[in-house]
Amino acid sequence: METKLILRGALTGALGGLLAFVFARIFAEPRIQAAIDYESGRDAAQAALDEAAGRPAAAEGMEIFSRGIQANLGIGVGMVAFGLAMGALFAVVYTVSLGRVGRVRARVLALLIAGAGLLTMYLVPFAKYPANPPAVGHEETIGARSGLYLVMVAGSILFLLGALWLGRKLAPRLGVWNATLVAAAGFAVLTAILMAVLPPLGHLSANVNEYGVQATETPLPLKDPDGTIVFPGFPADTLFEFRFYSVIAQVILWGTIGLVFGPLAERVLGGAREGTARVTADA
Amino acid sequence: MASIPADSSTPVVLPVSKAALLLGLTVLVALLIYYFVGIDQGATSLFGDDSHVHEFVHDARHFLGFPCH
Repeated sequence: METKLILRGALTGALGGLLAFVFARIFAEPRIQAAIDYESGRDAAQAALDEAAGRPAAAEGMEIFSRGIQANLGIGVGMVAFGLAMGALFAVVYTVSLGRVGRVRARVLALLIAGAGLLTMYLVPFAKYPANPPAVGHEETIGARSGLYLVMVAGSILFLLGALWLGRKLAPRLGVWNATLVAAAGFAVLTAILMAVLPPLGHLSANVNEYGVQATETPLPLKDPDGTIVFPGFPADTLFEFRFYSVIAQVILWGTIGLVFGPLAERVLGGAREGTARVTADA
Repeated sequence: MASIPADSSTPVVLPVSKAALLLGLTVLVALLIYYFVGIDQGATSLFGDDSHVHEFVHDARHFLGFPCH
């Protein structure tokens, strides 16, 4: 039974990843390419400035995989694998939750857990450290940024578990509705505190040394020594569209898990229930 | 024994203690995949100073919200 559920979870996750990939291929890839083009143009402008100032030009990074591979096969494999992993985690949570979370239908439970996954693994971390297209993000800070992002992921998972515990504890006294509201408020407050405590990416010391105090790592306009802008800052529309599509892709992924897994689980559980019923009838 | 309403609840409690190994392994594998898609060869690297994994899933990493260079 557990094996069946986990297998179905991993498969629906992979399906969700596949659908999200199709969406990404159509909507996100043009924005990713626009961001890469911006980066190339900016690097060329920077090289020209360096040359004029007599500085050695920065070495160009070597290309390991072509853009064609990255934009088709690479993103496809990455998103399907991510979906599979999320589907497997989802199925583990689902299996453990079965029968331990009160009177919830199998389908509804699937939707609730998928929603929790979307919230904790993506939306809450996104609220503090949103997805960035290529060209946004400095190489020197990748370690700090990865750490901070994972702190947001771990924090939101922890807070949701805490909220769940609190809600269940309060339910007998306040009723399910009010207990849920109190628990949700607790989750929001703890998340807000964590977000307030963690630094904005622009405040990381490596960034402050290089660029002064900025809120984010989004590239500012490039200026020559006289202060004339020779290359614009990162296009705002591209940044918004990339992030918007990133959210949609995650909704597609988790939505697929929640909607497809529910009926599948119902069938698995229904079979088990009939089996039990038959045994009790025989007895 | 009264039958349980077929689709109004999820009364089937799976013996988690028995399935602990399976559940634990699943979580481990899932976290490994999460790590390779999202983090490896960026902040930390399991295969030394090489960026094949990073470059291959590059677009997915950006798009799924992970920090990238």
